[in-house]
Amino acid sequence: MSKTSNILIVGVGGQGTILASRIIAKVVIDAGFDVKVSEIHGMSQRGGSVVTQVRFGEKVASPIIRPGTVDIIIAFEKLEALRWLGWLAPDGVVIVNTQEIFPMPVITGVAEYPSDVVETITKEAPKAYFLDALGLAMGAGNAKSANVVLLGKLSTLLSIPQEAWIEAIKTTVNARFLEVNLAAFAAGVAS
Amino acid sequence: MTKKLLTGNEAVARGFWEAGGRVAVAYPGTPSTEITENAAKYEEIHAEWTPNEKVALEVGLGAAIGGARSLVSMKHVGLNVAADPLFTAAYTGINAGLVVVSADDPGMHSSQNEQDNRHYGRSAKLPVLEPSDSAEALAYTKIALQMSENFDTPVILRLTTRVSHSQSLAETGDREDVALREYKNDMAKYVMIPANARRRHEVVEQHLEDLAEYAETSRLNTVELKDTNIGIICSGAVYQYVKEAMPDVSVLKLGMVYPLPRKVITNFASRMKKLYVIEELDPFIEDIIKSWGIEVSGSDIFSPLGEIFPDDITSKIMGSEVTSGAERTGIPGRPPVMCAGCPHRGAFYAMKKLGLVVSGDIGCYTLGCLPPLSSMHSCICMGASIGVAHGLEKAQGRKFAKKTVAVLGESTFIHSGITGLINVVYNQSAVTTIILDNSTTAMTGHQHNPATGYNAKGAQSPVLDLEAMVKACGVEKVTVVDPLDVEAFAKVLRESLDFDGPAVIISRRPCVLLDKKSVPIPFNVDNETCIGCFICLKTGCPALEKKDNKAFVNPNQCVGCGLCSQVCPIDAISSKTQANLEEKGGAK
Repeated sequence: MSKTSNILIVGVGGQGTILASRIIAKVVIDAGFDVKVSEIHGMSQRGGSVVTQVRFGEKVASPIIRPGTVDIIIAFEKLEALRWLGWLAPDGVVIVNTQEIFPMPVITGVAEYPSDVVETITKEAPKAYFLDALGLAMGAGNAKSANVVLLGKLSTLLSIPQEAWIEAIKTTVNARFLEVNLAAFAAGVAS
Repeated sequence: MTKKLLTGNEAVARGFWEAGGRVAVAYPGTPSTEITENAAKYEEIHAEWTPNEKVALEVGLGAAIGGARSLVSMKHVGLNVAADPLFTAAYTGINAGLVVVSADDPGMHSSQNEQDNRHYGRSAKLPVLEPSDSAEALAYTKIALQMSENFDTPVILRLTTRVSHSQSLAETGDREDVALREYKNDMAKYVMIPANARRRHEVVEQHLEDLAEYAETSRLNTVELKDTNIGIICSGAVYQYVKEAMPDVSVLKLGMVYPLPRKVITNFASRMKKLYVIEELDPFIEDIIKSWGIEVSGSDIFSPLGEIFPDDITSKIMGSEVTSGAERTGIPGRPPVMCAGCPHRGAFYAMKKLGLVVSGDIGCYTLGCLPPLSSMHSCICMGASIGVAHGLEKAQGRKFAKKTVAVLGESTFIHSGITGLINVVYNQSAVTTIILDNSTTAMTGHQHNPATGYNAKGAQSPVLDLEAMVKACGVEKVTVVDPLDVEAFAKVLRESLDFDGPAVIISRRPCVLLDKKSVPIPFNVDNETCIGCFICLKTGCPALEKKDNKAFVNPNQCVGCGLCSQVCPIDAISSKTQANLEEKGGAK
């Protein structure tokens, strides 16, 4: 594989995007790839829009993805998927958690949460998958495992065996929540 | 040796440990904080959070003079605070190695300015190393300690946000057995009275010449000779972007950005048809190269603002179009917010209601400047709030002080706010200062500070008595109040403003994120009672929404602080009943 793969994880601060990037990184390292991950801590964590960039391939130089070259966007929130859609490559894929989290301008009534997010993404993205990751996570036993549901979906798009993902989840998540997370992963795979 | 995925910050801590490092000191500051957090995890390293960066550097210098390899870490603006000992530490030199990390923040992801701290190397006459990824961050930390001892000087390790917070694979090794060096009295070296300092200045200039000579042959500076039509000189994260954007051009990568290797650069320049320096922020390298009469392009095409990305490089040099696809506009933005249940919200709600002029400071509470609270009118640097409020009164008079407050967190107060308060008493203004004591340094990710009762290693330590300290400054009116008790807080605030003299309000309630155990009891809006006035939304709580023209509490977000129920004029919001709670538990 000579081409570097680019994954953009977007969401709202506090949604568990960082754990998701850690699991992806572990999976691709174990598969023998070089990897770089870039994220921003600090001010943006407090309920703001957050972005993590994951790049893997034979040899990765820049940790930063060039706009228009993202292979897969994993959006933890619908509006965030729309915000970063322009970064997708012409043949890119977007995985969207259909959950809505109102940003402060919407709460205070200065702005309106767009009602046609799914339609716009369907129209503009080369390929899009929509899933209710929050609902599936609650079904698996814990709302906080929505991130792992989304990884389940991602695993079906990458040519890395499912066992590698399960192994990475086992070594990354807290043992107390392992069963829930494995169920969440399976739900994502099946979605 | 094993390869590990590390952030640049983790790699610095690892490199320090492997190099036999013993003392790691810091005041937390994004993007540098995790260096000391990670150093503290190693049993062999004594790690400290100090009240501010000046103390951190003094402790690090003392430890280095005392014979222990030491590491002092701070964000770029922290080095301004530590600049006083920094400049003279160049004169005294060290005994065991001392590395000073400056984590700069081009693009200001979490900072109030984007100053370029390479200038400190030049002005304080210290060598500056700049790694470009985690593997180099680890290796350079070790090299910097060795360099520090070889040249008897502190060494600056300059990181940027993209190096500090990006993860890449790095070879890790074992800890080297480095003996503690003997401490010897050496007054001529460590007592910087003019007679001694004059002699030491000569030594510093000699060190700089020696370091420049070292730079000519150091493996820190590498030439990658390819197509000689274009030659690029770069360092740090930008090197990785150059490799990404233009893999076929010749590159001179500078791992040591001060002092620069004149012969290496001159030689590289002479072989290139067209020479560029690509550097974020100031034309630091470019200006020095130009002073040698070498023709070079850089700041004429690259902006001094923010970060440089791979696309900027291809578009500025090759003239290729920037790939479309910036962040989408025309949809609601998502600015950061104070968390649901944040105690600061209560304090800012009260300030907003009284329409106060708020002299602000650095911390989570700086978010009080954003709508709907919109109650912060200046924010300059750590600890500035009190001095600025005092200055406002000296300009506008005592009457103005009656509607002005200074607001800062307890960690910021300890950092450098206390000197401002001493000045308020000494020079007699009537500033009301609100110290938001949330029992943690929250913004940087919950570090301990002298008022929390724990140290950087997680062991218990004496708790700084803020009330006693404030009273000892000479403040007569000192009140402690819970910011989430709306009525009580408003009363204390009015009384303090009315008091004809300095007043301090200690607004005390722990950060909501510290409590990881309690099961939140969410509040609930009674739809029959709610009149849709939306006064509750003016608190700016992310758990509140408008739904069918009534207020709605999102039970997944609400932590049950009750602020909304207190501001509701018709008591339509109340804590959920036990029956509702069980229902919620059952649904899990």
